[in-house]
Amino acid sequence: MMKMKKFTLVFLMFLPLGILAQEKFQKNTKTSFKVSGNCEMCKVRIEKASLSVKGVKMATWDIPSNIISVIYNPNKSPVEDIHKAIAGAGHDTSIEKAPESVYVDLPACCLYVREKIE
Amino acid sequence: MNHFIAVLFLSFTCMASFAQDILEGTLMTKEGDQNIPLEGASLYWLGTQIGTTTDDQGKFSLPYSNPNPKLVISFLGFKSDTLTVKNQKTLTHFLTHSDATSLEEVTISQRRKAIQKSYLEAQNIVNVNSAELLKAACCNLSESFETNPSIDVNFSDALTGTKQIKMLGLTSPYLLITEENIPTVRGASQAYGLTFTPGTWIESIQITKGAGSVVNGFESIAGQINTEIKKPFSDTPLFFNLFTSANGRNEINLQGNRKLNKKWSSGLFLHGNQRTQAMDQNKDSFLDVPLAKQINFLNRWQYTDFEKGWVGFGSIRFMNDNKQIGALGYEPKTDRNSESLWGSEIKTQRVDGSVKVGYVFPEIPYQSFGFQSAYSRHKQEAYYGIRKYDIDHESFYANLLFNSIIGNTKNKFKTGLNLAYDLFSEVVDQFDFSRTDRSFGGFFEYSYDNLENFSLVGGLRLDFHNNLGTFLTPRLHMRYLPNPKTIVRASVGSGRKAANIFAENQTLFGTNRVIAIAQNGGAIYGLNPEKAWNYGLSIRQIFNLGSGSGDLTADYYITNFVDQVVVDWEQQHQISFYNLDGSSRANSFQLALDYTPFKALSFRFAYKNYDVKTNYNSGFLQRPLQAQNRFFGNLAWESERKSNGAQWRWDLTYHAVGKQRLVETLRDVQGSFSPSYGLWNSQLTRAVYTNFEIYFGMENIGNYKQINPIIASENPFSADFDSAQVFAPIFGRMIYAGLRWNL
Repeated sequence: MMKMKKFTLVFLMFLPLGILAQEKFQKNTKTSFKVSGNCEMCKVRIEKASLSVKGVKMATWDIPSNIISVIYNPNKSPVEDIHKAIAGAGHDTSIEKAPESVYVDLPACCLYVREKIE
Repeated sequence: MNHFIAVLFLSFTCMASFAQDILEGTLMTKEGDQNIPLEGASLYWLGTQIGTTTDDQGKFSLPYSNPNPKLVISFLGFKSDTLTVKNQKTLTHFLTHSDATSLEEVTISQRRKAIQKSYLEAQNIVNVNSAELLKAACCNLSESFETNPSIDVNFSDALTGTKQIKMLGLTSPYLLITEENIPTVRGASQAYGLTFTPGTWIESIQITKGAGSVVNGFESIAGQINTEIKKPFSDTPLFFNLFTSANGRNEINLQGNRKLNKKWSSGLFLHGNQRTQAMDQNKDSFLDVPLAKQINFLNRWQYTDFEKGWVGFGSIRFMNDNKQIGALGYEPKTDRNSESLWGSEIKTQRVDGSVKVGYVFPEIPYQSFGFQSAYSRHKQEAYYGIRKYDIDHESFYANLLFNSIIGNTKNKFKTGLNLAYDLFSEVVDQFDFSRTDRSFGGFFEYSYDNLENFSLVGGLRLDFHNNLGTFLTPRLHMRYLPNPKTIVRASVGSGRKAANIFAENQTLFGTNRVIAIAQNGGAIYGLNPEKAWNYGLSIRQIFNLGSGSGDLTADYYITNFVDQVVVDWEQQHQISFYNLDGSSRANSFQLALDYTPFKALSFRFAYKNYDVKTNYNSGFLQRPLQAQNRFFGNLAWESERKSNGAQWRWDLTYHAVGKQRLVETLRDVQGSFSPSYGLWNSQLTRAVYTNFEIYFGMENIGNYKQINPIIASENPFSADFDSAQVFAPIFGRMIYAGLRWNL
């Protein structure tokens, strides 16, 4: 009996952890969004910026469609961090605009047409 | 859909290339049924000042200096178009009148460079695709390197006419030769193995200079050559090829591929070649080229399930090859064992089977595993005059590979296990040299790429081998780009192998030299295994000149042998094998220039210098039959492809071979050298339609021949008889023709 009680106790102790774990995100989450850019050089810059974010495992930006596909661990960084990192490198994303000062410093071939210039 | 296949092949072969092409194309408009070229239309890359206008035929060419994919096309009276163009494309575009409302028509056809030097890889890899392979006269893997400066094609012996290849000044046993990453040309097949893969079966060849990857084993010393065979899934449904040459060789190839359903496809490849006509141009009463018959059959199965990420291959292959060489008029049935006519027959049968399975995790495509296993049996029965040489080599190979990342895709790794089992039954005259080789090893290879200008691949493997012992094999490759047009590569690594002294030096049986093995208690023929370190440095500069682009590459590779089985021909009437005492090195320098002044024309030049010296019993000498200086030139021209696919292609290749040191024989006094000489080859191809081509060509246009290739040919049973001292072609000018038909 005693043993059984102990077991239940141990079980109860771990229960909250289990629930917590369930609330955690999938370790390999996929996301894709639009990132403005033109060329092979942009591709390197965008992918490099994405991979600099903790928890980003793979980032592939497609030139013709301007869509980036990212596999990342949301438990390490929220998706917004990826947007911020890319914008910080000079490329507008679907939710984050690059600072004008960074944009103008991009090489001539990378000066993509900005959708809205505020 | 092809994404998964691409990922898997990338992980298997570690290959990626980048071609500095120019976007070329034609602008036209439709007037009823006619296509009218547009002259004076303007084109530019969006966001740049790089632009051009079309000529009177509507043609344009625009360099991709910093590839920008959006091309803006405008012409007065027509609708402006902005096109997204990927790298490496030619383009035909139709503009519509600004008042027209019809939809635009865009056709994009791809034209890749025939030879692509690696740009992204840390290793020095040259990829040769099937377009380049078509430039070679004929017909099998050993002949596929004649337009490639990294590999030298040599003339190995006067009897069999087999072309030996060399890289970095070392013969093919020092290369790891794989077929779809399974080691194939090794052991018993070392001498003739390259001739057992028909050229039309080959999809592409990857040549790695220097140590190479640890994934496929410890055997590579000077480099690796991997051949990819055509895949049933992507190859043409039916292919037919005929070839005939003035030296009596006829070949036929028939290949069919079928997609059985969404997941399964199968291919059947048949090859036959024969030479029945006896040739003796130099009147030495010996055949200049062997009489030969080969039947080669391959059936492969491919499984692809893109959604689930599974890829599989299975193949079975059978080959039967018979050669007869020696005296003109030799009749095997009656003249065998006679002491009047010298003759030889080499009969080879080979069976190959392999299974490969690959899996890419669909959710995380950077992670995959692969398993491959192969079985082969190579049985060769031969006699050369009164000498006998039989070898039966059974081999089993298995490899398990896992690919993944550390943190993110900038840090990748490959790890896995190899297992190899080789059973040799070998009889030389009456001596039995049978042995068994067993090895088991594990490897780990890490690659880092900062995605910009630096990458490295470092690998380490540990092997347990019953005859070579337990040992580590480290290899390291680095790539650095000081600027986007300059690529610096460096590599260092070690390699080991068991020297199969007879199979690798079968030319010795075409001599009456006495075989002497200085046994020292080693495990292989009483000799110790070979071990060497290879160091390499390569600098490549990409440039634009005029309207064209090109690159200049300088390579320097050093191979230092720690131990080697020295093949010593220095003493007359004798061939000796002994372990190295002192030093042995092969230093090679190559300066290569590739230039495409405009689309239709391309040049390739290479100068090569080899310093290959070994400590022989008689002194520290340059290896015999090794030219210190070689020069290579290739000119390729092709006409614009018509809409029905019609095209002309023309190639001219020049090889200059410097003097080679000759060993002392009845013919050559001690310290003599061969004369230097040059060879011209040319080929003209006419594509009648996209799927039907005829070609004809000429090899050795200058008709350069070695005068007396066989020493003591008039007295073939004397101690002086030697057919292994060949430094130039035996057969003079040779005309050939063929056709290719894709259905």
